Amino acid sequence: MTATLSARTVGSPAGLSRRLSTYLYRRPTLALVLLLTPPLLYLGVIYLGSLAALLVQSFFSLDGFTGQVVRKLTLATYRDLLTRANLDIIMRTTVMAAVVTVTAAILAFPVSFYMARYAAPRTKAFLYLAVLLPLWSSYLVRVYSWKLILAKEGILNWSVTRLGLEDALQWLLGLPGIGGPSLSVSLLGMFLVYVYVWLPYMILPIEAALERVPESYLEASGDLGARPQQTFRRVILPLVFPGVVAGSIFTFSLTLGDFIVPYALGNSALFIGQAVLAHQGTAGNIPLAAAFTVVPMLIMAVYLAAAKRLGAFDAL
Amino acid sequence: MPECSSTRSVPAVRFDGVSRYFGDVRAVDNVSLDIFDGEFFSLLGPSGSGKTTCLRLIAGFDQPTSGTIRLHGQDVAGLPPYERDVNTVFQDYALFPHMTVGGNIAYGLMIKKVPGPERVARVAEILDLVRMSGMAARKPAQLSGGQRQRVALARALVNHPRVLLLDEPLGALDLKLRQQMQIELKAIQEQIGITFIYVTHDQEEALTMSDRLAVFNHGRVEQVGAPADVYEHPSTDFVAGFVGVSNVVTGEAARAITGSPQSFTVRPEKIVLRDAGAAVADGWCTALGRISEVIYLGAHTRFQVELEVGGALVVTQQNVETTSMDVQAAQGRRVRLVWQRSHNRPVLTGTS
Repeated sequence: MTATLSARTVGSPAGLSRRLSTYLYRRPTLALVLLLTPPLLYLGVIYLGSLAALLVQSFFSLDGFTGQVVRKLTLATYRDLLTRANLDIIMRTTVMAAVVTVTAAILAFPVSFYMARYAAPRTKAFLYLAVLLPLWSSYLVRVYSWKLILAKEGILNWSVTRLGLEDALQWLLGLPGIGGPSLSVSLLGMFLVYVYVWLPYMILPIEAALERVPESYLEASGDLGARPQQTFRRVILPLVFPGVVAGSIFTFSLTLGDFIVPYALGNSALFIGQAVLAHQGTAGNIPLAAAFTVVPMLIMAVYLAAAKRLGAFDAL
Repeated sequence: MPECSSTRSVPAVRFDGVSRYFGDVRAVDNVSLDIFDGEFFSLLGPSGSGKTTCLRLIAGFDQPTSGTIRLHGQDVAGLPPYERDVNTVFQDYALFPHMTVGGNIAYGLMIKKVPGPERVARVAEILDLVRMSGMAARKPAQLSGGQRQRVALARALVNHPRVLLLDEPLGALDLKLRQQMQIELKAIQEQIGITFIYVTHDQEEALTMSDRLAVFNHGRVEQVGAPADVYEHPSTDFVAGFVGVSNVVTGEAARAITGSPQSFTVRPEKIVLRDAGAAVADGWCTALGRISEVIYLGAHTRFQVELEVGGALVVTQQNVETTSMDVQAAQGRRVRLVWQRSHNRPVLTGTS
């Protein structure tokens, strides 16, 4: 029957595509190879290639007299990287990334929980849109809007003054290290903007993880005597933790690599992204810029290893 | 609704005019029910009949719209699940995937801060009871459906609840395993002597295991009684049809057979097939009809007989000497049905 059928359709385009489908259906390995070749070529050559180039560059050095890159493997650049000033930059950036991540997780959890467990389908669709909408507009525009909001003449300052909380704000801005002349030129302001711009990247994975926890687990926990906070700690948190880690990978690494927010809202205290920009651009010290870029990758590797040790991926 | 007379004092669970509405839907509609201590009690009914909602009201996952529920005499209105002395075996088992079997079972004990050594001992003891010894270190994902079911049972029982709620716990198992678990569940219940409240849509399961059962339909209780009682004396045509095969004779057909228009039901296995010309003894009912369908079921055969006075009756007959060939040959034959008048059960009609 198959024979007569294919004999009848041979030659027509439909017959050809059907025969091709059948041919590939019966050779799943070949189909997989055909599907994966383009992305693997792209990732292998462009992605891994540039990463390898970056790594190699970081082991070159800059000749101090000529300003030329010496293409000879050396650890000299890493020695330069580990100066007091550069370590300060790395430390400052890492602490900022950590604080932003923790704050984003704390803010994202209730929103995600509401979206996953309580919101009616329409409300949920609206919330998805509300979370994603800011990502549709330019990141640069949003950062500069925040600069206006946070400025001394901005709406936040105005509101705070109207509420009579000016002294509290002045006290905050007076804190050494994180303060500054106004919120728009301070680490505090940067922190606020970072939390704002990265929050969607935390909400979405946590929400997805919460969706995968069936209602009956929570009921079972309550049934076995656990109060809601115990259920949260013993059942919800362990099951959703991979989602929190996934979100924190975004917020943490995005903060580590960002240079626009510190450029717009920062003061003289540099962040890793700015240092990379400065070294590879104006200073022309590509090896040091590359070495700086390796730092966030190492931090992320350490972070993921720690998360794995803590059992973050056990429930996967 | 018939109240069961009992000398036992305080019922384990008492429903008093309990209703639960979801918007316009009356999921549970004015249910009054007593379930006694140590009973294996089944809530039987088709899906959407309110039996699971009743279970959730007892567990505390849901609150009644009106009426009161008492657990061992205590009104539990507004009491959350974690403050009720009941435990539940969930339909999907709801085992925590991030914990081992031992961790799952010890969960309730850990929450209640039972000391470590006692916890270990009780987990081992309960694993033994459900015949899962040595499996404590496994993860739920490594277990078969039947094993998960046992762990879910152990996780509930280890807390020594006074009432155990089971929500169609055998629904996901295959027939053989289900029948085996039915016997085991009943044995465990008799061994530990606590109240089991068992939700099922499977009438055979309910008849096999229960001390008593309640038949639910459209959020109401149609009948409460012992399995034999409900099977032999169904009080409504719905119960007659849901528990066993519906064999309800109504109106003119009923008058022609019994002389009264009162609807009645008769169980298929009580009816005997005779030749159309056979004589009928005193005290027996009879009806002439034609066999319209023959279903050979191995151990017995089911005949659908269209009655000449109207309506149809199902007759089952053990295949003591007959073979598949013999019963198929009966198709279309004119027969006389006879059964003892005492097997007629008057029923209320129009409830289904």
